[in-house]
Amino acid sequence: MSNILEIKDLKVNYGGIEAVKGVSFDVEEGEIITLIGSNGAGKSTILNTIVGLVKAASGNVIFQGQDITNKDTNYIVSNGITLVPEGRKIFPDMSVLENLKIGAYMRNDDLSKDIEWVYSLFPRLKERSWQLGGTLSGGEQQMLAVGRALMSRPKLMMMDEPSLGLAPIIVRDIFSIIKEINNQGVTILLVEQNANMALKTASKAYVLETGNITMTGSGEELLHNEAIREAYLGT
Amino acid sequence: MFKKINNALNPSLRHPLDEQNKRTNKVALMIFLAIVYVFAILLDNVLPANGITLMLIPVLRKGAIYALLCVSMNLLNGFTGLFSLGQAGFMLIGGYVYAILTIPQASHAAVYQYFDGGIFQFSVTEVFGNVLGPFLGNVIGAIICIIIAGLVVAVFAALIGIPVLRLKSDYLAIATLGFAEIIRAIFQWNGIGGITNGSNLLRKYTNLDNLVWNVGSLNINFGTTFAFLIVTLCIVAIILMINSSYGRAFKAIRDDEISAEAMGINLFKHKMLSFVISSFFAGVGGALLAMFQTTIQAAAFTSAMTYEILLIVVIGGIGSVSGSCIAAFLYIACNEWWLRFLDSGYLGSIPVGFFRGGFRKVIFSIIIMVIVLFFSRGIMGDKELSFTGLLNKIKQFKNRKALKQAAEKEGE
Repeated sequence: MSNILEIKDLKVNYGGIEAVKGVSFDVEEGEIITLIGSNGAGKSTILNTIVGLVKAASGNVIFQGQDITNKDTNYIVSNGITLVPEGRKIFPDMSVLENLKIGAYMRNDDLSKDIEWVYSLFPRLKERSWQLGGTLSGGEQQMLAVGRALMSRPKLMMMDEPSLGLAPIIVRDIFSIIKEINNQGVTILLVEQNANMALKTASKAYVLETGNITMTGSGEELLHNEAIREAYLGT
Repeated sequence: MFKKINNALNPSLRHPLDEQNKRTNKVALMIFLAIVYVFAILLDNVLPANGITLMLIPVLRKGAIYALLCVSMNLLNGFTGLFSLGQAGFMLIGGYVYAILTIPQASHAAVYQYFDGGIFQFSVTEVFGNVLGPFLGNVIGAIICIIIAGLVVAVFAALIGIPVLRLKSDYLAIATLGFAEIIRAIFQWNGIGGITNGSNLLRKYTNLDNLVWNVGSLNINFGTTFAFLIVTLCIVAIILMINSSYGRAFKAIRDDEISAEAMGINLFKHKMLSFVISSFFAGVGGALLAMFQTTIQAAAFTSAMTYEILLIVVIGGIGSVSGSCIAAFLYIACNEWWLRFLDSGYLGSIPVGFFRGGFRKVIFSIIIMVIVLFFSRGIMGDKELSFTGLLNKIKQFKNRKALKQAAEKEGE
């Protein structure tokens, strides 16, 4: 398997504070990779830097062999990386359909097939297609955020805490859909505090602590690792 | 029972507008516009000039112009979420560019009497008039000058936008307000009096009442029709813009900037686009206002004018084009006509002591407070008025009555 994304010695500063202190990791094509860690570990910062919302101080982000470090977000999105932002951040005063269309903003071709695809993944969204985004429930908003990201037809989808603030049963649904999307050929980079669910889903996991990667392994390995169990799974 | 009623009224459960509805609405709008245009021509030419028609002409003209100004402000404030208060400045530039370009050569000496007849010694409408005859020359010349006015304003807006659009919310409002005041001051400066006539009036340029077609002994006045035509075209252009993918990007920026950026929308580029387009139409509106007023003076374009327009946008509903249009006509009608009696000192023929100059404004303030308190989303909210929507409302109203009656019977 080739690497779709390579992060090399990435450093990111917020003002004077070094939020990410030289992180390197690879994302293999067709896999589900997860970054786990507690609050303030720098997980979201890494995702925001990859998609160009935050600029890196040093290091490289290489996507399919091409250096995309500090490129504009619209360039990165049109090249096939998309971000499902933390807290969903759907557009509340736009209809579900409009939300989906915005997801495909960088594309100029026909969208009807992709809209059908998203609706087949999330039949709930089809029922609600004329409703305003802000009137959806939390779980539906998360579905919409994922659907919106898929509309750009990404090769790599990055998800920032998809389980945030959702009921456990909805979290399970979301993760089964993440697997389904992955089966259909989209590589997934997942950032989670809900380590249990993330490790069960991911083929490879990285543990992030205060801006450094401290542990690597397959999801299964880390799930049974004593230190991890103590720190993140609470058992 | 009442749950059922609630469901019937819940806007989120409405059925989508299907193609049929869209077509019906389009036809209804066309018929409405046709009636308006026929009425405008009749008003200018056939109907007797008595009390009501004499007031109706300026109210309709100014109302149409304000509708355009409000829709252009709504594009920026309501659809893109950029709180800008530079409208009066842009209108001023538009109005001045238009006026300067159309003052007849013979009138230059009189208009620019303190500045040796001014610098420009030509009139676009006259140039076209020499070739096409006075009527066509005036119409085509005026249209071209209006477009030039809009373009000049758009260029100004682009220059101002580069620093200003990096600011957010209130700071953007303060900066644009400041620029509008700077523009007003510069246009009154004697140093460029050869162009702007300093702080004096510009007059004698082609105005709405110059658009008269002489056929034999007939004189057909197209003043109101012309104002309506330009305004309709501009508003249609803005609506098409809002419904395009650019419009969706504007709304996305309004709803959530970070999310919009993550979707690949270039924030600065789209904000600039919205700002420049909105300013273009503000410039067009300013030119039309100059045509309506027959004279123009920079001192009149104060920030109060911007607030007036903002007020109409809020009354109509932020994010609703039809709301802005309805509110513009209502506001102008109240301000120029219906509430004028409050300033006159008389109620009918009875003298009333506290009805004196300025009392209208007091009543206005009360009305505005009532609107803000009880209709905080304006007349239309962020919805659009449509023919089928209106029909549905009537049906719903009837249904509700029927349901209520049924509920009462059940209760018995």
